[in-house]
Amino acid sequence: MRLRRTKLYLPGNNPNMLLRGHLFNPDGVILDLEDAVAVSEKDAARILVRDVLRKGDFGNCEVTVRINAMDTDLWRSDIETVVPCGIDGIRIPKVENPKDIAIMDEALSHIESKAKMRVGKTLIFCLLETALGIWNAYDIAKASRRVAAICPGGEDLRADLKTTRSENSEELIGPRRIVVLAAHAAGVDALDTVYADITDDAGLRRETEWVKQLGFQGKSVIHPNQIPIIHDVFTPTDREIEQAKKIVEAAVEAAARGLGAVQVDGKMVDKPVVKRAEYTLQRAGLSAGGEK
Amino acid sequence: MAINAVGRDIPDSIPGYGDVKHFKGHDRRPPEGNRFGKRNRTAFNSRTDKTLPDIKAAISASGLKSGMTISFHHHLRNGDFVVNAVLDACAEMGIRDLVIFPTALFGVHKHLTRHIQSGVIRQIMGSVNGPIGQLASEGGMSVPVILRSHGGRPRAVTSGEVVIDVAFIAAPTSDKYGNLSGAVGKSACGSLGYAHSDAEYAQCVIAITDNLVPYPAPCIHIPQFFVDFVVVVNSIGDPAGIVSGTTRVTRDPMRLLIADNAAKLIEATPYFKNGISFQTGAGGISLAVAAYVREAMRERGIKGSFGLGGITEFFVDMMKEGLFERLLDVQSFDLAAVRSIGENPNHVEISADWYANPWNAGCAVNMLDTVVLGATEVDRDFNVNVNTEADGALLHGIGGHQDTAAGAQLTIITTPLLRGRIPCAVDSVYTVTTPGEVVDAIVTEFGVAINPRRQDLIDAAKEAGNVPLVTMDELIDKAHGFTGSMSPVETEERIIGVIEYRDGTVIDVVKQLKKK
Repeated sequence: MRLRRTKLYLPGNNPNMLLRGHLFNPDGVILDLEDAVAVSEKDAARILVRDVLRKGDFGNCEVTVRINAMDTDLWRSDIETVVPCGIDGIRIPKVENPKDIAIMDEALSHIESKAKMRVGKTLIFCLLETALGIWNAYDIAKASRRVAAICPGGEDLRADLKTTRSENSEELIGPRRIVVLAAHAAGVDALDTVYADITDDAGLRRETEWVKQLGFQGKSVIHPNQIPIIHDVFTPTDREIEQAKKIVEAAVEAAARGLGAVQVDGKMVDKPVVKRAEYTLQRAGLSAGGEK
Repeated sequence: MAINAVGRDIPDSIPGYGDVKHFKGHDRRPPEGNRFGKRNRTAFNSRTDKTLPDIKAAISASGLKSGMTISFHHHLRNGDFVVNAVLDACAEMGIRDLVIFPTALFGVHKHLTRHIQSGVIRQIMGSVNGPIGQLASEGGMSVPVILRSHGGRPRAVTSGEVVIDVAFIAAPTSDKYGNLSGAVGKSACGSLGYAHSDAEYAQCVIAITDNLVPYPAPCIHIPQFFVDFVVVVNSIGDPAGIVSGTTRVTRDPMRLLIADNAAKLIEATPYFKNGISFQTGAGGISLAVAAYVREAMRERGIKGSFGLGGITEFFVDMMKEGLFERLLDVQSFDLAAVRSIGENPNHVEISADWYANPWNAGCAVNMLDTVVLGATEVDRDFNVNVNTEADGALLHGIGGHQDTAAGAQLTIITTPLLRGRIPCAVDSVYTVTTPGEVVDAIVTEFGVAINPRRQDLIDAAKEAGNVPLVTMDELIDKAHGFTGSMSPVETEERIIGVIEYRDGTVIDVVKQLKKK
């Protein structure tokens, strides 16, 4: 399982951030060719991002590029430039229907085979920033095997919902729940949108705890200082890890002895509990067997 | 000509400087001779009031003449009115060809440019920042600037290498008999540490104050028996430029990342234990290192012995919390430090001689465990440049860089790998300020390079497991990979700046920039 607790946005026109973003140890970086870049700078940013990608130094980060939306005439140049650099995935803004994903899948396959890369290597992360996109979440997530995650939008989505930001983002409760449901039904990750107030550490922690409880696997990040807080929330505690190890070990032992029932500390443990324990160990960076 | 111990080709004699003592390595020049003795004088008890009506009257009384050397301290920093006022008075009185010997100059002293151009000032011995540095770098001064560290300067004074004819001491408080305090008054600056040697060794001492109090003054830092004359003026400085308000730890993620790497290194070393002593600057990265170290001291229950150098509210709070026993303060950076030095007997004012002079029976930096310093450039040999920028212009003083690096058990240089498109890790620094032999580690956002001389530190960092170790070669290659090669700085042959090591040898020179 790939950890996607944090995905740090790096403006595609800012060499300092592009070169250094991975040093803050997010699980992934998003080199942004869309909102961070003014229309007049799109070409320059694309070249800069390509050059940074060719240097290829991003530590252990999952490297994705947010391309321009598919209703612009920029997205094809974007993928033709960045996909041959061997990135892990692209992030598509304003996805509204599964047809777009099918078109993208085909375009990516074409570029990959031309570049003699494994076809299907480049993953797709879908930003659902409109009511229609949220409504079609499941179909979008299932539209291609490349889809790795779906993510609700923030401000764009609010605007499309004809509402505004409230203190606790109540207006996004419904869309977030739909995204979680659709993601898990489709077998992809649910990744939450950014927390915009970069100075409000307590607010970030509150929101992260809440979306984790809803079922999200991580959040997008717009400032490096947000990373440790989100990791802290999404990383299991030592106690949780110890308990999970016990459960998984008991399950392995029970399976080896051909027993159906698993016992931990004298109590019967159900299958879902074992599954959750395995997930806890995965989130802790430990494999299901408890080994590094 | 001789190639010195850091590989610099230095002439044996430099016009306007004189014969050169070549740098042979750290601690390789033993002290010579006796301390300097100033002239004897007396103030008979018929003269119980040393005040004079204005600066010009004091200049006349001091016997100051063209060609002499006058000194100043920099405790009023960018709020200082005194240096400009004294030089204005000298100009009006027709005094010329002065050597000015400040402990440092700031942006506010840009005003002196006119006095350099008109010949009132012939030479500067001290840091030259901003516009004056640019002027000197472009050949605007007839004699080279001489840069000394905070310890090298009192060494030059106490040894008699520099004789101060008149010391002008800005005093936030004075009484009529010349007892001076930095801790009280509307222009309070806290410690007067950098003024002590000048008070003690100058042939004549003039105090300039904007707060004359009845005899004897409170909280005396410089006593009456050093001071010849007292002048009262309306204001010696702008409080907003003298001390900052609250010092906040940065939220800049890159600085925090560098600071975090530095703190991890400190925690990994054997120096991180009860009794640790510590110095950092007041800059963004330094203060953030202090913040991380404070957190680690709390977590591991470690109590330090003393905080040294320029003191900030942050260190004051650490002492209040019991994380330091005492503060040894040569310079107070903010209001909290100024208040503390006036109130807390464990917050001790020290002179620059006490702080860092290598030629006394033991200065404070020798007792220092850890110091965190900055750099404009570092190189493969761990040499550090703090004096010149990438364009070759002389823009910064040495401060206590050489002294604390030489004294501390663990000297850490923090620097970003790049500033904009300019690499900070290079094959060879443009100017050597501090030799690599006294530098233990270079800490950047891309990792920590430990000097191979310190295998013990490399082992300790490896054992800790969380210090992102890299080699200096890797850092330099990475920086080069990002930026490519820089075009070399084009210079004339003429030397416009002489960088002394703290022992008075010449470690490097700065040449005049070619006109573009």
